[in-house]
Amino acid sequence: MAERILSGSEVVLQALVDQGVEVVFGYPGGAVLPLYDEIFKQNRIRHILVRHEQAAVHAAEGYARSTGKVGVVLVTSGPGATNAVTGLTDALMDSIPVVCLTGQVPTHLIGNDAFQEADTTGITRPCTKHNYLVKDSAKLARTMHEAFHVASSGRPGPVVIDLPKDILVAKAPYLEPSQVQHRTYNPVVKGDRRQIEEALELLASAKKPILYCGGGVINSGSQACKVLTEFTRLTGVPITLTLMGLGAYPASDKQYLGMLGMHGTYEANMAMHDCDVMIAVGARFDDRVTGNLDFFSPGSQKVQIDIDQSSINKNVPVDIGIVGDVGHVLEDMMKIWKAKQHKIEAKALDSWWDEIEGWRGKHCLSYKQPKDIIKPQHVIRRLHALTRDRKTYITTDVGQHQMWAAQHFGFEHPHEWMTSGGLGTMGYGMPAALGVQVAHPDATVVCFTGDASIMMNIQECATLTQYRLPVKTVILNNRYMGMVRQWQQLLHGSRYSESYSESLPDFVKLSEAFGFTGMTCNNAADLDDALTKMLEIDGPVILDVAVDDKENCYPMIPSGKPHNEMLLGAETTGDEAIDSDEGMVLV
Amino acid sequence: MKETEISKHTISVLVDNEAGVLARVIGLFSGRGYNIESLTVAEVDASSHQSRITVVTSGTPMVIEQIKAQLSRLVPVHKVSDLTLAGPCVERELALVKVIASGEKRVESLRIADIFKARAVDATNSSFVFEIIGSPEKIDAFIKLMEPLGLSETSRTGVAAISRGTLTM
Ligand SMILES: Cc1ncc(C[n+]2csc(CCOP(=O)(O)OP(=O)(O)O)c2C)c(N)n1
Ligand SMILES: [Mg+2]
Repeated sequence: MAERILSGSEVVLQALVDQGVEVVFGYPGGAVLPLYDEIFKQNRIRHILVRHEQAAVHAAEGYARSTGKVGVVLVTSGPGATNAVTGLTDALMDSIPVVCLTGQVPTHLIGNDAFQEADTTGITRPCTKHNYLVKDSAKLARTMHEAFHVASSGRPGPVVIDLPKDILVAKAPYLEPSQVQHRTYNPVVKGDRRQIEEALELLASAKKPILYCGGGVINSGSQACKVLTEFTRLTGVPITLTLMGLGAYPASDKQYLGMLGMHGTYEANMAMHDCDVMIAVGARFDDRVTGNLDFFSPGSQKVQIDIDQSSINKNVPVDIGIVGDVGHVLEDMMKIWKAKQHKIEAKALDSWWDEIEGWRGKHCLSYKQPKDIIKPQHVIRRLHALTRDRKTYITTDVGQHQMWAAQHFGFEHPHEWMTSGGLGTMGYGMPAALGVQVAHPDATVVCFTGDASIMMNIQECATLTQYRLPVKTVILNNRYMGMVRQWQQLLHGSRYSESYSESLPDFVKLSEAFGFTGMTCNNAADLDDALTKMLEIDGPVILDVAVDDKENCYPMIPSGKPHNEMLLGAETTGDEAIDSDEGMVLV
Repeated sequence: MKETEISKHTISVLVDNEAGVLARVIGLFSGRGYNIESLTVAEVDASSHQSRITVVTSGTPMVIEQIKAQLSRLVPVHKVSDLTLAGPCVERELALVKVIASGEKRVESLRIADIFKARAVDATNSSFVFEIIGSPEKIDAFIKLMEPLGLSETSRTGVAAISRGTLTM
């Protein structure tokens, strides 16, 4: 085949097209002008102009998580690249496939402290899955295709390609994706058959089994979630999901115990603590999930299935570690379970479920909604009820409102829940929602945010207006950095140091200033009307809901405590100070 | 081996010899708080542009397993091999040791060098530079003996290692 010689910028654009990219979230600048010129001349790739590079990455994350495709970002050199760092770290922690193109000063200026030069590959090395600096035009096309392969295969993650300006201008040969072979990065997808058989024998012999599943199942895809659901029903085993895994199994199903971890349900955490066989699927035993490792599920044998070998035995030693794509492994598990006619002893399973029903009986998520003051949980529940018949995507920021959304919005399907789990990035919610809405223009996209978090990427209101993205932003406004206040109350003698939200803007006027509707709601009696009206408005809306500023997020496993020492909270025991000095040093 | 017992491992890593690959490996160790006792790197196959990195590290069995898994998932890494677990291996290091001394001490340093099969690769009236090749332990012992004899400077290469017998990476 005759080589096609294009300009560097043309190569980049052609590679994006050949990789199936439809949208790029970006922000221009000197070093990427040749690329922007190329974008101007074509109409195959849509460019969404955000208002801050961090938001470009979060938008790409929202796009990626809600579609299963790679999100693409384009930013300039220096400050453009450094602004993207938080988003990249976020995508790395949550295993989100993102390709981020950064401009760079021309190769002959690299290392000279040139204008808007930053050591982008140096800065982003620890916060990307991989990164490239393209110094040779001959390698440009290959690098582009390899970046998509690396970002989307194995455990997904963000990949940076740093593009010096001269490389964007110089002539370069174009290679099709099929002409590129990947030398080293070819992750294992099939799990070891013998290990899978052993794991199933263990499960079949269990008296108190549990499935503990995470974001890896969602990353593996809708099919993996479907097989997980079938397998769970077939075996009759209780299942709990991590914050990142919500939606991998239908929340309304009776075998679902709710989310586990620090703000997970009592039944999920107690079942994790007391189980005898635990099957972890695409979950990484994060400290928010395990609580104190010394007391974590002490009596169980553990199986872990993960595409990333380094996730296995990292925090918690397991008895059987299966490396492979969880979708493939689950398919094999289904087949073998059926073929061997495995069955968990019914009597044992029944009494395990009886025990679980006892824990469920605590109704750990219950709250009392008074006539007037709005409980934040209630907002989530009402919105959930009012959006049942719509295709709805939810994003959040970080804090109490995030945990309430995770606890109270029942997710039935994968890919409909985007939150910053690993990094806990305030400012994630609105740009992520923007990205989701770009991918699903006709769906309902709601961002639950807090009065503090919303201020961290508020500039994206302009992007919503420009592209007529009808994102619905619901502020659970407690006039506090609620989660910070909660920890100060429980661990620092109620000294509310700097956690009060002073000088908040008038969100109605602010929305109007950006060109869309702002609404408020201050009374429980008006809540449904406000939510309904918001959903019916054909355009972006910010709904500022004044919620009970004293409400704390329960249940809670205080840092450093085991699962079976959960605080159940105000309804049952009141807000008690946690009597522990160790607690103070933990995060 | 006990779960909490810390042991020393020599790990060989075959990587693409490309910009930043060493920074990736070192960054992984520093970022995750792993220990590096010694690290060497050089290209070993010019035609395929592959380098071999030899890291001597220590940790509990769980940490060592993590280190290998973390190294394996770096994109430019072809192979990771734990030579300590793979079987017997040869470990060699080269050191240049400068001794500044006169009289009896000078003579004694030469005698010890002879016992250790170290060569004097530079000499003046008041100094020697010895070249010694051996296991890190042998070099440690040599340096210790040179200390009272006017040891003034050492330069060590770090460990290069390879499995014994027919076993390859
Ligand atoms: C970028 C960033 N800075 C600081 C924090 C620490 N932090 C976690 S929650 C929180 C308060 C969030 O307040 P708000 O958005 O009002 O949510 P609420 O907890 O009140 O629901 C803070 C400051 C963070 N997670 N992210
Ligand atoms: Mg708040």
